[in-house]
Amino acid sequence: MKHLLSTADLSRGDAIGLLDVAEEMTQVSTHSVKKLPVLRGHTVVNLFFEDSTRTRISFEAAAKRLSADVINFSAKGSSVSKGESLQDTAQTLGAMGADAVVVRHNGSGTPYRLATTGWIDAGVVNAGDGTHEHPTQALLDSFTLRRTLTGSPASGPGGNARGTDLASTTVAVVGDILHSRVARSNVHLLTTLGARVVLIAPPTLLPWGVETWPAEVFYDFDEALDAHDFDAVMMLRVQFERMHQSFFPNTREYSRLWGMTSARYNRLPEHTAIMHPGPMNRGFEICAQAADSPRAVILNQVENGVAVRMAVLYSLLTGKEGAL
Amino acid sequence: MRVRTVLNADEISRAITRIAHEILESNKGAGDLTILGIPTRGVPLAQRLTAKIADIEPGVDPAQICGSLDITMYRDDLRHGKLRAPEPTHIPSGGIDGRTVVLVDDVLFSGRTIRAALDAIADIGRPAAVRLAVLVDRGHRSLPIRADHVGKNLPTAVDERVFVGLAEIDGEDTVTISWPETAGAEGDQA
Amino acid sequence: MTSLLIRGANILGQEVGDIAISDGRFVDVTTLTSPDEVIDATGLIALPGLVDLHAHLREPGREDAETVLTGSQSAARGGFTAVHAMANTAPVADTAGVVEQVYHLGREAGYTEVVPIGAVTVGQKGTQLAELGAMARSAAGVTIFSDDGLCVFDPLIMRRALEYVKTFDGVIAQHSQEPRLTEGAQMNEGVVSAELGLPGWPAVAEEAIIARDILLAEHVGSRLHICHLSTKGAVDLVRWGKSRGVQVTAEVTPHHLMLTDELVRSFDPVYKVNPPLRTQADVDAVRAGLADGTIDIVGTDHAPHPSEHKCCEWTAAAMGMVGMETALPIVVEAMTDYDFGWADIARVMSRTPAEISGLREQGSLEIGTGANLVLVDPEASERITPGAHATMGRNNPFAGIEVSSRIVHTILYGHRVVTDSQLSDPHPITRGGTWIA
Repeated sequence: MKHLLSTADLSRGDAIGLLDVAEEMTQVSTHSVKKLPVLRGHTVVNLFFEDSTRTRISFEAAAKRLSADVINFSAKGSSVSKGESLQDTAQTLGAMGADAVVVRHNGSGTPYRLATTGWIDAGVVNAGDGTHEHPTQALLDSFTLRRTLTGSPASGPGGNARGTDLASTTVAVVGDILHSRVARSNVHLLTTLGARVVLIAPPTLLPWGVETWPAEVFYDFDEALDAHDFDAVMMLRVQFERMHQSFFPNTREYSRLWGMTSARYNRLPEHTAIMHPGPMNRGFEICAQAADSPRAVILNQVENGVAVRMAVLYSLLTGKEGAL
Repeated sequence: MRVRTVLNADEISRAITRIAHEILESNKGAGDLTILGIPTRGVPLAQRLTAKIADIEPGVDPAQICGSLDITMYRDDLRHGKLRAPEPTHIPSGGIDGRTVVLVDDVLFSGRTIRAALDAIADIGRPAAVRLAVLVDRGHRSLPIRADHVGKNLPTAVDERVFVGLAEIDGEDTVTISWPETAGAEGDQA
Repeated sequence: MTSLLIRGANILGQEVGDIAISDGRFVDVTTLTSPDEVIDATGLIALPGLVDLHAHLREPGREDAETVLTGSQSAARGGFTAVHAMANTAPVADTAGVVEQVYHLGREAGYTEVVPIGAVTVGQKGTQLAELGAMARSAAGVTIFSDDGLCVFDPLIMRRALEYVKTFDGVIAQHSQEPRLTEGAQMNEGVVSAELGLPGWPAVAEEAIIARDILLAEHVGSRLHICHLSTKGAVDLVRWGKSRGVQVTAEVTPHHLMLTDELVRSFDPVYKVNPPLRTQADVDAVRAGLADGTIDIVGTDHAPHPSEHKCCEWTAAAMGMVGMETALPIVVEAMTDYDFGWADIARVMSRTPAEISGLREQGSLEIGTGANLVLVDPEASERITPGAHATMGRNNPFAGIEVSSRIVHTILYGHRVVTDSQLSDPHPITRGGTWIA
């Protein structure tokens, strides 16, 4: 694997292989030296054109636990904000000897562009591009799901999820699907791993042609809860600003119709995991009771993010050929 | 390709029994002993060795002393060759600090695997001592490493191939040596 | 001046014959007994010089993207003897002064007849009519007005513009794009945009404006020209408008006849264009519309950009494609499945655009008209290589495509500006005077 740009590029075997490597990565926290020497002498550049402290530090932690050197390149305050082109930025990083570039950009397709133009001969990891994809988020979501489905601890070392997929599970993704890179990456990956995906959103926040997606669609959250016994409900972050663009009338109505309210939380089956890619808008798309409940695996998702990103960097930077 | 059997199932079993006795003798019992198999075939060997030790020393709980140690992340050739998927590492719940760790592998050749295993152990904890047990020592070391317990010393040529088959993985216990029909020819298993 | 005899050309793909030119006009072959020059055109198709109703020559203002000279040279190599220069320059061509400047630059270049288009509204801002009469009566003699690049969105302004240009038999060429429905749009809205997460540009944003404008043109009895229509629904609307007797003409680009939004999956900005590449169903519909006459003409929407505006991420890239040098070969390829001969090519790429613009010396091979002619090799085998083109723009989306026709000679008012596919000397108008001596 030279780049990770989209979960659509991952076969079932690739995906399970990555998740299995991530399982081994969780072991590092039990070591007295919480580091692996795998990427010694490799340079990983976090190229963030869009602020995302959470994702950046997760990648940074992952690279450092693999002993890579990490350079953080934030477009704010750099020459990029003064008009430097993507090409010049990429070539500069190449000249500095970057082995992998972790890219976050507000425009869809920018990581793909970096990977295919030949401006830089480094592995490219998509850390979120516009409203396109966020593959490592989807991987950590599937990792967390696999843990909960196998009765393993939801994060950390241990567990017996190795080799398993998500067959015969049903996962709801609720909220702003239209603008969500997390949703797109999850629809691909969950489907590849055998899960059934149910999208729940107001029609204004669903992409055109969503009926061609491998997912069942509900406008009505309660109808979906009646129809399915969900293994997990993934709540997406909804930006308040969408209200001003008339995607929905106001936050109160959104919350009432598409939020994880106490009433909806209380009717979920015992085994349903509650997920959220963060950061949460408490009281808007998710109530505090659900966010703080034992069924919430939201912090486990964050913890697993590091192991999953270690697995991705490992797969990109070691081995000259082949997949896992 | 010519193949010759070096050890059969009975001989393998006897070698493991002998190593078990040697370990207990040099360690003066099973106290503080941790047996770690190196994947792939070191793992069932370590389990068999632990079972023998438990037979000899009553009161030993195999689950408490036997584990596995994957060395993929410590290899010195990760940048080359194909991408390698790590195997599980399992350290018994007591950890390895202050204990005598016996590393178990099937064949000792260049010594690079053991070098990686020593690095891996150092990251996990600080054992009192590390010993090495192998079923076959075929020579040709690239590093200053030697085994403490050897099932069979097997003099070989560099281009010969030593294969350890174990029932758990390969269906039968056997150790074979094979070599090309004509000098310089490639083996059938790269 | 000089005389020229073209011998053995396949005229409009219909009959082999000779074509005689003297003093910049087509003349009766029998009157030309001792031509100064003879071109052996055996095996070549003779068409009236192509007329592009839609090109961006960028000068004044963006001479780093294209100049009137390089654009004219590109036009000549594409077989175009007349090119209409869109008004979205800097400054905008919204006064007699700017259109005259472009007009004179065209004559100084001398590779094609550059016909300026005037902006409909001041600064293309869509709020106040530009001095349409002054531009019409200037040396440039503007007949086509367009805010292309931007839509004349305000229905009242559009109505007034349509009415006002009747004064001088002008035509409004509309860029049909409902602005609110296309805010931040990056590509066609459809299955591909949904998957790529790029803000979509719905077909209805184009069709709603076309429907409105057809009704407005009907109501006020004016001529409307629809630039670069790109959707199946747009073709249906134009067909409907024509059936009602509305004076509406429509244009399609070579790229909308050939390419689909599937190409955007590469995120290569060479495929970023306004209106966006649509779906295969739309491509099929515009081909059928061109074949059955619903769509009147092909316009290139030649839009050169400097490389830094294309060698970047998709969302930051400029919209537009170059296309004058590849227009004819691409249209031929696109229409192979239809009963669409060389006479049809001449109709949609020369005669009808000349009529819409009122260019009497263009678009015809008839004796007495301006000797504007292109000779095409119909059995060439060429791979499109944008690096070899005369335009400064390298943003040609057809790179690598194999085509079967090649522009061999372009004759501009009796003067060869392209010989054996290479630029030759410009027309003597560059030394002053007129196209026809």
